[in-house]
Amino acid sequence: MLMTERQTQADTIEALAKKFGKDRTGLMPILQEIQAKYKHISDFAMQEIARELDIHPVEVYSVISFYAFLRSKQTGKFVIRLCRTLSCEMAGKKRVARQLENELGVAFGETTSDGRFTLEYANCLGLCDQGPAMLVNDVAFTEVTPEKVHEIIQECKRTFSVYAQEVQKHV
Amino acid sequence: MSERKGYILFIDVEPNTGLKKALTKKRTEVIADIRNSGLKGRGGAGFPTGVKWNLAASASSDTKYVVCNADEGEPGTFKDRVILSEYTDDLLEGITIAGYAIGAETGIIYLRGEYEYLKKQIVDTIDKRRSEGWLGKNVGGKEVFNFDIEIRMGSGAYVCGEETALIESLEGQRGEPRNRPPFPVNTGFMGCPTIVNNVETLVTASRIIAKGVDWFTKYGIDKSTGTKVYSISGDCEKPGVYEFNIGITIAELLKEVGGGNAKAVVMGGASGRVVPAKDFAKTVAYVDAPTGGSVIVLGQERDMLDVAENFLEFFVEESCGQCTPCREGNPLLLDGVKRLKNGTCSMEYLQELMSLAETMQLASKCGLGQSSPNAFLSIIEHFETEIFGRVPVM
Repeated sequence: MLMTERQTQADTIEALAKKFGKDRTGLMPILQEIQAKYKHISDFAMQEIARELDIHPVEVYSVISFYAFLRSKQTGKFVIRLCRTLSCEMAGKKRVARQLENELGVAFGETTSDGRFTLEYANCLGLCDQGPAMLVNDVAFTEVTPEKVHEIIQECKRTFSVYAQEVQKHV
Repeated sequence: MSERKGYILFIDVEPNTGLKKALTKKRTEVIADIRNSGLKGRGGAGFPTGVKWNLAASASSDTKYVVCNADEGEPGTFKDRVILSEYTDDLLEGITIAGYAIGAETGIIYLRGEYEYLKKQIVDTIDKRRSEGWLGKNVGGKEVFNFDIEIRMGSGAYVCGEETALIESLEGQRGEPRNRPPFPVNTGFMGCPTIVNNVETLVTASRIIAKGVDWFTKYGIDKSTGTKVYSISGDCEKPGVYEFNIGITIAELLKEVGGGNAKAVVMGGASGRVVPAKDFAKTVAYVDAPTGGSVIVLGQERDMLDVAENFLEFFVEESCGQCTPCREGNPLLLDGVKRLKNGTCSMEYLQELMSLAETMQLASKCGLGQSSPNAFLSIIEHFETEIFGRVPVM
């Protein structure tokens, strides 16, 4: 990481700590914002957060490792989470899963080599009446069919730059 | 507003009717109303809401909290998503009433990370209520009742729906359940008395205050008053969210959603039980066939072992790993189901697994581990004839 990038990240973390409070209750919201902005929480970020909250960095790592949506490794710009729970399974999840792998050229749990897409399973997304369901970042897609998979991925590629800015505005 | 058909929850009520009424009453009168209504927690555990409120109200502390559990994660449950998006205002009203009743100044909505797309609407509604004077200082013009609501996000952990794990998560910790007692009503968020209530419970509470205890108790059956909102999915013609009188039978419910020809239904999601067609005369209530609202309809062609496998994979992933019975037990049960599917499981081994499952029910620390073998056990109990001596599909 470049020094200037480190400084920006450190400043961001300082600002977030100010916003959410410097005690432990601020940890989750800070981690969530950093995750949204940088698509992962780096070792450097963990140390900075630990310093701001006056806890040990391993405490920060311990929390990150517990929650499925928080990551210590870089994820793609688009994280695709396909629901693998019963109702979606019964609605045809398997074929959608296969087609996602075909379109992206990676298996579940992997990130494409261009760093654009991470593909993974999620447990019940609460869209069981409209399965198969999946989330692309925070956006929900329902009644996904193998044919629609291609469209959705193309749409992600098209809006890539727009969406990247959207994410940054969010922080 | 909504086109949903309903009795208590899915109806249009003039905004803030309940809150206005509550503010004219004493705190103890509000709690008495909730207690007399017989309202039980709609998240699934069914603890009497009035009792919970009363315990928190009588705990001595300057700071108390109301936490709205919007971490709906049980497989097959999505009713809170609908309530959160269609009855946002009513939910915030319910949280405010709860705050008034127990003497809290802060309400926290813990929204699951998977529902991030609902956050903006909730935040906007909070802001709107604040600008109208229904949140903030002297709520609704009531002297010395200050109350505000904030929203906090989960990050994809099913176990955080358990109230003490949820509180751990709010405190910036891993979402590992605590030992109880002490209960959150005494020692909750930041060590202060805290009530944790489900979304549906809080909206229902505001309805009870708005329309009266007598109106509410007309619905439901003796020990379970009121109505319940169900999330219905799976092999039926009209999946979706429905409000039914408590006491409806499974058969009646299936008729409403067009799932008449079902082989079985899963009541209560992955942690619930599988009910075979011969028991469809059972009523859906806390006493008979309980559910937090999740009903998954299984058609005639469904393989029950697929169901067990799917749920156990879920629990292997979602077990927090803190206590041994749950962490080690679920992978063994999953392995057992795979053996059954491959036709390589003896009756003796299965009996060992069933005894392990009972140990898990007894010895796990929280509801997740205690209820994780339920589906497995009920499938073995009711579908014994179709699980042994399988020839694996090559």
